Amino acid sequence: MAIKMRKTGPKDLAKYEPEFLLGLYRDMLRTRAVDDRIEALYKQAKLVAGCYSSRGQEGCSIGSTAAVGDGDVIGPMIRNLGSLLRKGLPITMVLRNYLGRSTGPTKGRDGTSHFGALEHGIIGPISMLASLIPVCAGAALSFQMRGQNNVALTWIGEGGSNVGDFHEGLNFAGVLKLPFVLVLENNKYAYSTPVEFQTAAKTFYCRAEGYGIAADYVDGNDVLAMYETTRDAVARARNGDGPTLIEADTMRMRGHAIHDDAKYVPTELIKQWEKRDPILLWGRRLRTAKLLDDDLDTQIIAEVKTEVDDATDDAMSQPEAQPGNELGEVFA
Amino acid sequence: MTTNYIDAIRLAMRDEMRRDENVYCIGEDIGTYGGAFRATAGFLEEFGRPRILDTPLSEIAILGASVGSAIMGMRPIAEMQFADFIANGFNMLVNFAAKVHYRWGASCPMVVRLPTGGGTRGGPFHATNPEAWFTRIPGLKVVSPATVHDAYGLMRAAIRDDNPVLFLEHKFLYRRLKDVLPEGGIDTPLGVARKAREGSDVTLVTYGSMAYYAVEVADALAAEGVDVEVLDLRSLIPLDEAAILESVKKTNRVVICHEDTVCGGFGGEISARISELAFEHLDAPIRRVGALDTPVPHAPALEDAFMPQPADIREALLTTVHY
Repeated sequence: MAIKMRKTGPKDLAKYEPEFLLGLYRDMLRTRAVDDRIEALYKQAKLVAGCYSSRGQEGCSIGSTAAVGDGDVIGPMIRNLGSLLRKGLPITMVLRNYLGRSTGPTKGRDGTSHFGALEHGIIGPISMLASLIPVCAGAALSFQMRGQNNVALTWIGEGGSNVGDFHEGLNFAGVLKLPFVLVLENNKYAYSTPVEFQTAAKTFYCRAEGYGIAADYVDGNDVLAMYETTRDAVARARNGDGPTLIEADTMRMRGHAIHDDAKYVPTELIKQWEKRDPILLWGRRLRTAKLLDDDLDTQIIAEVKTEVDDATDDAMSQPEAQPGNELGEVFA
Repeated sequence: MTTNYIDAIRLAMRDEMRRDENVYCIGEDIGTYGGAFRATAGFLEEFGRPRILDTPLSEIAILGASVGSAIMGMRPIAEMQFADFIANGFNMLVNFAAKVHYRWGASCPMVVRLPTGGGTRGGPFHATNPEAWFTRIPGLKVVSPATVHDAYGLMRAAIRDDNPVLFLEHKFLYRRLKDVLPEGGIDTPLGVARKAREGSDVTLVTYGSMAYYAVEVADALAAEGVDVEVLDLRSLIPLDEAAILESVKKTNRVVICHEDTVCGGFGGEISARISELAFEHLDAPIRRVGALDTPVPHAPALEDAFMPQPADIREALLTTVHY
């Protein structure tokens, strides 16, 4: 497979509703604000355990999730906090899970963003993240069997793409031409392991050729490019043309989890990617297009802060999970 | 009409597919070929694709797609061509399927069919009894029919259950067992043991292929004045603990027999529960009969020596009765 050009967003934003374009901005800001809040709660020793930041990858989550609709299903991995929010999950539910509250989505039985919420079309991950690939292919299979014109969208990292589930899930989806989209967020590090220790191949999207499915390569820090690339893949899926593997070029800007200072990542690399921060880039483009100015920016940031403050108050006021029904819900 | 064990499984699947359009079959060679053991013969003609879904050789995909579609409300019946191959998809069952309801409340109604066991010279990779890999995983149900009626009834119950159910169907019994199924099928609730033979001297707790031998051994011993009660568990998880304890309290002696290897086999769990809950009722040590702790060997004489035989069951029963 020839090396593709990495896609970037269109120069002309005129074909989009300003509300949609600003919505991408707001949702990336919401994602970052929630990540920051979770980090602050950790530092105040209020979390049950650690936390995983999606800082720097908000464009991947928000852009791709913006391309699916209400009846579609997503399977977010650990760094797709933004996908949960964009799909309509209230912020308090994320915080309740991090705080081990009995009214959270797992009632204290699992932590972080390890949960699903079918009422929002969300299938939850397990720690072995690539298992979401065959599982979400199964959700796509249910759409195909029922004649529903819906798609399943999931994500994986460049590290997680090396387990067998990736291969079996994509191959299966390809054979059955399932309405399925996989976004591979190449964020350069899987815990401490750099890309060159994951594969000898130059790219990850080139694997699609081996499965006979479509592939694309996109700037994951360009939220609109991420949206358009996923939108096209979703259109193919709805049209019966089968799955797509999208490789998103991005960077993990924090450690694997909060305990990890990521000193193994060269400082230069971080500095370089800080200039390509997805929120910074998108804000600049909105300003160039005269869709955003200082006043509006200040207003959005204040609204997001209020939303996160309210959600935090709500989550903190919820009861901590207590023993009582431990055996009651092992089985349905 | 007389039906054999594998036909009973096939008929239960067919009847449930006719009743509920969410039920579908997924696996390798199950459509065009009708399944390696012909359990889905004729299904492609009746139900068509994609409800009868031939897949790539890909256990993770079969089980993963089953999990994903089950979460979305389908009721997949996944076939592992041989029970041994489920090892390829272990994570999908023990970490995804088993925990999804406990973790965030989604139901995962799926059946995994496992052609199980030895006696057919299958060797190390085509004759495993994998139940103990799974009986200790909270969130999975494990059943093992030993009669034609239960092959039908447990399959029906497994399909209708809202949880992942591992269905151990014994290859040796496929065409050896024959019986007449009543009109309208049979219900066999999960978690209820079957008293295969009433007796008063000793309880033989068993399941699967060994339940088939157990009654034969018990009947022979009756002629020698030893009255054996045979309890066929049918369902390992959930386990009918009450039925075991009731029988042990009556006979005061117990032998546990399964075709699986002894070390870490499910018999150890049964033994532990009896020790904890009915120790004062025991007049003899609990004995376990199972396969040797080796892989399943291939050559006839080796496999016969490996597997528990009727003579081994008989000897264990006599030792226990005469203790």
